Amino acid sequence: MINKVVSDAEEAIKDISDGATIMLGGFGLCGIPENCINALVEKNVKNLICISNNAGVDDFGIGLMLKKRQVKKMISSYVGENAEFERQLLSGELEVDLIPQGTLATRCLAAGYGMPAIFTPAGVGTEVAEGKEIRNFDGKDYLMEYAFDADFAIVKAWKGDTAGNLIFRSTSRNFNPVMAMAGKITIAEVEELVEAGELDPDYIHTPGIYVHRIFQGKDYEKRIEQRTVRKVN
Amino acid sequence: MAFTKEEIAQRIAKEIKDGYYVNLGIGIPTLVANYIPKGINVVLQSENGLLGMGPFPFEGEEDADLINAGKQTITTLLGSSIFDSAMSFGMIRAQKVDLTILGAMEVSENGDIANWKIPGKMVKGMGGAMDLVASAKNIIVAMQHINKAGESKLLPKCTLPLTGVKCIKKIVTELAVLDVLPEGGFKLLERAPGVSVEFIRQSTAGKLIVEGDIPEMRLD
Repeated sequence: MINKVVSDAEEAIKDISDGATIMLGGFGLCGIPENCINALVEKNVKNLICISNNAGVDDFGIGLMLKKRQVKKMISSYVGENAEFERQLLSGELEVDLIPQGTLATRCLAAGYGMPAIFTPAGVGTEVAEGKEIRNFDGKDYLMEYAFDADFAIVKAWKGDTAGNLIFRSTSRNFNPVMAMAGKITIAEVEELVEAGELDPDYIHTPGIYVHRIFQGKDYEKRIEQRTVRKVN
Repeated sequence: MAFTKEEIAQRIAKEIKDGYYVNLGIGIPTLVANYIPKGINVVLQSENGLLGMGPFPFEGEEDADLINAGKQTITTLLGSSIFDSAMSFGMIRAQKVDLTILGAMEVSENGDIANWKIPGKMVKGMGGAMDLVASAKNIIVAMQHINKAGESKLLPKCTLPLTGVKCIKKIVTELAVLDVLPEGGFKLLERAPGVSVEFIRQSTAGKLIVEGDIPEMRLD
């Protein structure tokens, strides 16, 4: 087996430099690569183009990178939880490309499946369609959307092995598997790293071929954005 | 009396049928889960990647890895399944989801919907709304008929940036239940108890179609 293990987040991101296009897995704060985000903040790389469904919150996740003005452009579907993001956007300091969530996911998928583009009805007749090619299939209009071209994809998994195989847990799976497939270089941080052979091949979500570097993360905060409970009875 | 948000949710719940897979949006649609008729089997889809969304967890049992599309902590049920975001929107695009219930800021008489952006003021993004409205075969909109200033949100033409075109077929508001006709126009089906057809007419800027007696909405 090819060994994909690196020591830590710092080593995993060592060649991410200014101006890189990076994908970051997660939905809200669920399943985000906390260790790599912190390492990117520490490294202080600038002018990043970030592809991620959300932009974190003011003091956690991608919000930390926004606060340090490391992000030139965000490509996201929903950024409602981040006041600093909204401020930078309205003041023109930050470029943003808001795209439908399914389009975002499927553009990742296309990249990982080696397909240059997809056709989706999402956004037809709206400002999302501006400048895009429209094709009609069976009487319905579809937008042509290109596969993403990202230098790096950074994902968070529950378990991984030294061969780079990944298993995700619960809804922290979200964008992580499709982004893992989409990066030219894919970095996976996992809660538990095991030897190749310890994970059942039938239960692998992301095959190791898509993963270039893997390490066991530490000190996961796993912050909950909207803690919602029901009363007993 | 105009309906409360809870009552709008309760009325919409009556549209849910046995065996439906349903996607509930954020806001009033989320409340619909509380009123699903007893004795029918319904599976709720959460577009971040879950079929079979259960109730909120009890205190102390929250799981940071298990949330819904509104980022709230939730639970799974017997028979739930988890998948990635691409598959989640795949099943939406392929019309495997029977019913989508979502909120709106404006709906036009030809079925256009606007619910994601107020230029210069609110830039939160469309999330999954554009994918849902472009593909769902059956969409019910839960919305306010009039805003706080008394202005109609049911318009001849939307003024805000669109989320989707010609896609809305049914609307439930605090005042009424309406169908959006394929040829255009809001057809009044039911009115909230004590709300007059005349008041609904005044509160609807788009073309309102009234045929015969309009019954009051019933929640039971």
